[in-house]
Amino acid sequence: MRLARLAPVLTLLLLPWAAIACGDDDAPPKTAQPQVSASSLATATLSPTPAAGRVGGTMILATTTSTQDSGLLDALVPRFKDATGVDVKVIAVGTGAALEMGAKGDADAVLVHAPTSEKKYVDSGDLIDGKLVMHNDFVVVGPPSDPAKVRGAKDITAVMAAIATTGPFISRGDASGTNTKELELWKVANVDLKTVAGREETGQGMGATLNIADQKAAYTLTDRATYLALKKNLRLEILFEGAPNLLNVYHVYVVNPAKHGGVKETQARAWVAFLVDPATQQLIGDFKKAEFGQSLFFADAGKPETSLGLR
Amino acid sequence: MDALWEGFQEAVRLIVRGDAGLREVAWRTIVVSGSATLLAMAAGVPTGYGLARGRFPGRTLVLSAVNTGMGMPPVVVGLIVWLFLVRSGPLGDLELIYTKRAMVVAQFLIAVPLVIGFTAAAVQALPAELPDLLAALGAGRLRTLWLLAREAQLGILAAVMAGFGGVISEVGASMTVGGNIQGDTRVLTTAIVTETSRGENANAMALGIVLLVMAFAVNLLLTAVQQRRRR
Repeated sequence: MRLARLAPVLTLLLLPWAAIACGDDDAPPKTAQPQVSASSLATATLSPTPAAGRVGGTMILATTTSTQDSGLLDALVPRFKDATGVDVKVIAVGTGAALEMGAKGDADAVLVHAPTSEKKYVDSGDLIDGKLVMHNDFVVVGPPSDPAKVRGAKDITAVMAAIATTGPFISRGDASGTNTKELELWKVANVDLKTVAGREETGQGMGATLNIADQKAAYTLTDRATYLALKKNLRLEILFEGAPNLLNVYHVYVVNPAKHGGVKETQARAWVAFLVDPATQQLIGDFKKAEFGQSLFFADAGKPETSLGLR
Repeated sequence: MDALWEGFQEAVRLIVRGDAGLREVAWRTIVVSGSATLLAMAAGVPTGYGLARGRFPGRTLVLSAVNTGMGMPPVVVGLIVWLFLVRSGPLGDLELIYTKRAMVVAQFLIAVPLVIGFTAAAVQALPAELPDLLAALGAGRLRTLWLLAREAQLGILAAVMAGFGGVISEVGASMTVGGNIQGDTRVLTTAIVTETSRGENANAMALGIVLLVMAFAVNLLLTAVQQRRRR
């Protein structure tokens, strides 16, 4: 039969199907479900910050590109899995999209860095139990030739005003935490966006945007962690840093299970507890410190918001 | 230039060393895209055949829709599937979003118009009187079908190659519905995006080379089967 000729093709195509059918670990553990909801009740009423222990299941974490592009989450997620058995599905999008996923109940927890945008979602009750996790800072990077003479400017207002006249400036343009901060800085400097010379929006993550700014010899605003992680491929230099309103603060939230039915409360709370745990905080502070000679993130769990100039 | 050369060296190193991470991502890519192609074949070949041979009102409309579907941007398919499967979407309770299964669904939808379209074209290229001829020679209904499919084998295999090539190389839908989750739904194309935005250009290039080699190997196999008949 001619079928014999097709056999290798069919086998090739059937083999993976068999594999996906047998080996797919994505299915929610149906049998463990009642147990999970029972323990979620217990944690909700008895202990607001459950200690690490076997929790199991999966959860969706909506977060920012900076935590992914810097490699931090690749270091944290496997440890969390070891400690609790929870598979974290990390969805790296801009802070705007991450918050929106939380507001729709499409995620279980969010890790974001735009306190001004976050407030709206906390007020609406979509995000609860916010915890300060860490910070680093935003820096203004640009071509070494520095046409706007940003280097040594007296404050960030002067920096933004100078860039506005010379340009070019590459913006994320994606409602991310960095983009939110950038818009805030233009506003503080009293610069009308439309008047910024050569301002372009990429609509992409921090890594991609840095690469584009580099190729175009343009200025951009970046978080320090992503810049350091990509520095070896970039000619862009840090031209301005250290102003108090350039702090980049990360909070983690649980998506309100009372508002959104499908939320995996137990897993989400375990994730929050894990992030603020002293051992994890130590890890965050030391992350790639040896490699870069400076910290990419500074651990902040337990500190008052006011210590970072918030609220 | 550096990234190209370094990427090539890195690719050779990773392949020769049998890097576990690379093997995992490559295997997952084959599993997901292979499954989607297989399903698209199962649904698309009979449908394409029916469209080619059948005569019913609205046939031209359906064929046009299929032809439009052949050029459907994967990222749009991804967006639609995402909106359906996301928790707040109509099928959110299935908890399929950000799984390999969701990726198979999206890739199936991308591949199926390709398979239908190519199959229909191949079957229509057969002489119109062939079915009657086979019937006159005493072939039963099923046997006629089988013989026709055999005649159209070249085109049907081309349909499968087009479908597989379409899904293994797409990134938009896989990114949106799969989420590019490390160790779970990260496939070669989405891994390339991640490595590029991390500035790991050599790694990205290495993954790209692996993807090309894999796509080539599968097509070589299919082409070999296809062409054996010609000799």
